[in-house]
Amino acid sequence: MIALLRRDLALAVRAGGGFGLGLAFFLIVIVLVPFGVGPQSDLLSRIAPGILWVAALLAALLSLDRIFALDFEDGSLPLLATSPLPLEAVALVKGLAHWLTTGLPLTLAAPALGFLLHLQPGAYAFLLVSLAVGTPALSMIGTFGAALTVGLRRGGLLLSLLVLPLYIPTLIFGAEAARRGADGFSATTALVLLGGITLGTFALLPFATAAALRVNLR
Amino acid sequence: MIPDLGKYAAEVLSAYAVSLLLLLGLVWVSVRAARRACATLEAVERQKAARDG
Amino acid sequence: MSIWEYANPKKFIATTTPVLPWVMWGAGLCLAVGLVWGFFFTPDDYRQGSTVKIFYLHVPSAMMAINIWVMMLVTSLIWLIRRHHVSALAAKAAAPIGIVMTLMALFTGAVWGQPMWGTWWAWDPRLTSFLILFLFYLGYMALWTAIEDDDTAADLTSVLCIVGSVFAVLSRYAVNFWNQGLHQGASLSLDAEENVADVFWYPALVCIAGFVLLFVGLVILRTQTEIRLRRARALQARMTA
Repeated sequence: MIALLRRDLALAVRAGGGFGLGLAFFLIVIVLVPFGVGPQSDLLSRIAPGILWVAALLAALLSLDRIFALDFEDGSLPLLATSPLPLEAVALVKGLAHWLTTGLPLTLAAPALGFLLHLQPGAYAFLLVSLAVGTPALSMIGTFGAALTVGLRRGGLLLSLLVLPLYIPTLIFGAEAARRGADGFSATTALVLLGGITLGTFALLPFATAAALRVNLR
Repeated sequence: MIPDLGKYAAEVLSAYAVSLLLLLGLVWVSVRAARRACATLEAVERQKAARDG
Repeated sequence: MSIWEYANPKKFIATTTPVLPWVMWGAGLCLAVGLVWGFFFTPDDYRQGSTVKIFYLHVPSAMMAINIWVMMLVTSLIWLIRRHHVSALAAKAAAPIGIVMTLMALFTGAVWGQPMWGTWWAWDPRLTSFLILFLFYLGYMALWTAIEDDDTAADLTSVLCIVGSVFAVLSRYAVNFWNQGLHQGASLSLDAEENVADVFWYPALVCIAGFVLLFVGLVILRTQTEIRLRRARALQARMTA
């Protein structure tokens, strides 16, 4: 499993692996928001936690189709399926690799971009924690979506349509945690529920992902 | 004959109008698809019979 | 005589074809009686005025929107476990009906809320949940359309339906969490959980019966369509092979 993880991480970081693309997209979206809603700092600071969450979510979406597509194209996916490693474990590792190469960098970058949106000083910690807890769920859900659409040639848009509604609970709890913390209220409930979603997705979605992969490899 | 709907006439009537449109549209589309499917299947079956027969 | 005998496509069509006209006429009758009764022969609500008449459309369509998804979940599970094609095709056939019901629930719900809330849309937990359900239906139908092979499509959409159901329930709780704490009170709740007087409830029951019969009739019709199309495709493939 570790070997598979290391391989995927290496592939992602290499040029053309799309590693920086997600971060760049994140930056661009954040820059676009003030142009869209106006530069008033009180408005921006009120919507900052939510915008940062939505932008991170969309940036994570970008790299989802490469989770399985490259392996599918060069024929290594059937090999992975017949390896001694259960396909469910492969799915879990793929999800983890996606998080390490996309979700985690976005989480770390978010505070750096928060100042562009006048994020309140007290909110930075909550934003960081909520993203850290929630982005793994985004990666695992995205991995499931990628497995569903791996065989399709132009699966990207369909992938978004399938995955974004599934992202809603994670977004709600994550953004609520960031917002409540920013306003000085307790963010504990939201964070606990968010953590529950992340743990749940890693415990259960690998099975659905593996099932979808097996169907597509027939 | 329409009862006095008072100030909410627009809302109530639009709700009924849109709903009935949606239902009738759904039935219409379903019936049309069913007819086409029957026709397609018959055509293919005739083709096959001609081939085999 | 087990119910699984009807899982045979030919037997399904043979059995349901004579039943279909009865179901559709029954649906038409119930809908006509229920809606006419509700529209013309019920009083206005002291609080909501004549908008209470929307109740007869909103409640049945909302119930159907959810129950159709549950039916799709069950038939998807049956497909995955017992591989009965009729089951998979029934799920495919039900989805467009479900999405229309969801749209109807959304529209009637929004229109009903307008006089109360002063806005055409409100991110009320119930309406928001239906909007999310609409997106799930859309994704499900899109996946069916995107995949060429019938069995692959049936399998993948079934998995999506199951995972989607879990997330749909999760979203319901999440949305309630998200929208509590604003000035939402029971006065804005539009659903039948309030004690509904009999004079409103009886015509509503007839409407609900009408909607259920309409769904049964349409899903039978649409499943027959899917079965015929699938058979036509199979014959075509065999001839060109």
